[in-house]
Amino acid sequence: MDVQTWTYIIVGATFLIYIAIAIWAKAGSTKEFYVAGAGVPPIINGMATAADWMSAASFISMAGLISFMGYDGSVYLMGWTGGYVLLALLLAPYLRKFGKFTVPDFVGDRYYSNVARTVAVICAIFVSFTYVAGQMRGVGVVFSRFLEVDINTGILLGMGIVFFYAVLGGMKGITYTQVAQYCVLIFAYMVPAIFLSMIIAGTPIPQLGMGGSGADGVFLLDKLDNLHAELGFAAYTTGSKPMIDVFAITFALMVGTAGLPHVIVRFFTVPRVRDARISAGWALIFIALLYTTAPAIATFARLNLIQTVSNNSYTDMPGWFKKWEKTGLLAWMDKNNDGKIQYTGKNAGGGDPFEGKKAEITKEKGQYGQMLMSNKPTDNSNELYIDKDIMVLANPEIGNLPNWVIALVAAGGLAAALSTAAGLLLVISTSVSHDLIKKQINPNITEKSELMFARIAVGVAIVIAGYFGINPPGFVAEVVAFAFGLAAASFFPVIILGIFSKRMNKEGAISGMLSGLIFTAAYIVYFKFISPDMNKPEFWWFGVSPEGIGTVGMLINIAVSFVVSRITPAPPQEIQELVDSLRYPKGAGEASAH
Amino acid sequence: MEKAKLQEYWKINLGYLIGLLVAWFLVSYGFGILLAEPLNAIQIGGFKLGFWFAQQGSIYIFVLLIFIYVALMNSLDRKFDVREE
Repeated sequence: MDVQTWTYIIVGATFLIYIAIAIWAKAGSTKEFYVAGAGVPPIINGMATAADWMSAASFISMAGLISFMGYDGSVYLMGWTGGYVLLALLLAPYLRKFGKFTVPDFVGDRYYSNVARTVAVICAIFVSFTYVAGQMRGVGVVFSRFLEVDINTGILLGMGIVFFYAVLGGMKGITYTQVAQYCVLIFAYMVPAIFLSMIIAGTPIPQLGMGGSGADGVFLLDKLDNLHAELGFAAYTTGSKPMIDVFAITFALMVGTAGLPHVIVRFFTVPRVRDARISAGWALIFIALLYTTAPAIATFARLNLIQTVSNNSYTDMPGWFKKWEKTGLLAWMDKNNDGKIQYTGKNAGGGDPFEGKKAEITKEKGQYGQMLMSNKPTDNSNELYIDKDIMVLANPEIGNLPNWVIALVAAGGLAAALSTAAGLLLVISTSVSHDLIKKQINPNITEKSELMFARIAVGVAIVIAGYFGINPPGFVAEVVAFAFGLAAASFFPVIILGIFSKRMNKEGAISGMLSGLIFTAAYIVYFKFISPDMNKPEFWWFGVSPEGIGTVGMLINIAVSFVVSRITPAPPQEIQELVDSLRYPKGAGEASAH
Repeated sequence: MEKAKLQEYWKINLGYLIGLLVAWFLVSYGFGILLAEPLNAIQIGGFKLGFWFAQQGSIYIFVLLIFIYVALMNSLDRKFDVREE
């Protein structure tokens, strides 16, 4: 059977599973809709958290990103896993003991202030929309590449599926579909990785293969470093980013992860405090499986790419090269007319092969049959353009794997994008129906109408997210730094201080949150939008890039909170008692049953 | 549960947190970033050690740290009788 047929079968089957789960897990109350009735077993919650967390970017782009960045790509590996230690140790158990529905709930109650609650709601909605637009785009991209349907049709299909199970089942439906989606995505990620590891390193375990050697007995990473030096690329296993920036980005990603509302809210769904702790552990195991495989794929793919293309004739290129050339994700411009592919980095007179960010392929072909581009060539020696996403997407073809594996990768990419989108959409809907309508506008609302508002809010959020997916604002990539920076500079400190400092009061928390937010937002807006040409290490404050500035924002937040809280009145007695009750799983106030 | 006992529970918890967070910092920011260059002089199999901590080792140890904390707290909860049924 051909790839197309396999893809329709496998993607269709996974979609049927998601729909069946949605019908089975219909939510009957707001508690079921918001937190799945707080009855999710810890392993199941860990799996759902892993799918919730790993997005289209983790699945499709991350290995490719690391492949091109080498050591510098470690910021994503450590940054997007280390936050779970913070979650398990500093946040999840206490928030579970608090036992309400949302992060703004905690901020509003702990700081006895609707102003604080509103700031939290705005942050939660902004962070989640930023993220969800990218997921919808991811859905469209997978559809268009594997099923050759138009991107917009793909997005509409994805919207339809998410609409069905999020509106019907709320958190309950989302949780159990996420479990299914985790299984699909991890299987789809591991199968090609294992095959690739067998071919290149001779072992089925990619994590070991990465440190192993090929048939010639030379260690893969050493070979890669030598090739990089030869071709003028920065060394693979040592970085070229300044150390302070690597430090700051890793830190911002870690505390940002721990501060993202769609991740935090998952820990409200388990029955007990101790379940919240262990379920963070399970989540990290499930995430680590993919996150320790990604750098291995990065190494294999990089090595394989260089060895296949460098100084070889275009006419000898394997089938996958020519297939991906047609998509414009891979392009060769024969600048010196020798019919061979020169792939060189900055240290050997290379650089960008042509002007512009993407290859603009034309209908014409060159003398060797290669696709021609309308881009203006640059005057350096590099002739090859590669989009980072193909490192994962083309793996099955590079490894000569059967067609069903290629179809599996498509289903995996969709599972990753849909599971994350659903989690984010739920945060948006809860923020509106619970934090705004129930808690502020109309506290007397009945359970039934609150549930209806929650469903309407999910529906509206899906439509808006779909709109941004179809008409992506040019700045989607830039705003991801925003999501993490803002979460790091606002939610993380405000929650931690609320648990670990009894003396922290509303004046401190609000002024801290605002100063952290404004500083971080201003820094990112300035370097990303107002003066992008100034976005260079010599202009950055303390040598920290906009991606890492959330770390500084967090420190500012904490400092301001402390100073302001010490010169304003202590929080009321009942709040101090609330903080006490958070610290003990039982006693000093029973565990809240919501 | 009297107050003094609960405060003791909290103090022990804070002690665990500090210990584990020091380890968390050391394997990622220490071995993976600040000390990566000197550690890269040591090679284990095909991995330079600093690079291994940054792309593999720190993640394994993160998982381990969470499960250590879970075990410590489960026994602490029992000892202080704050374990939920």
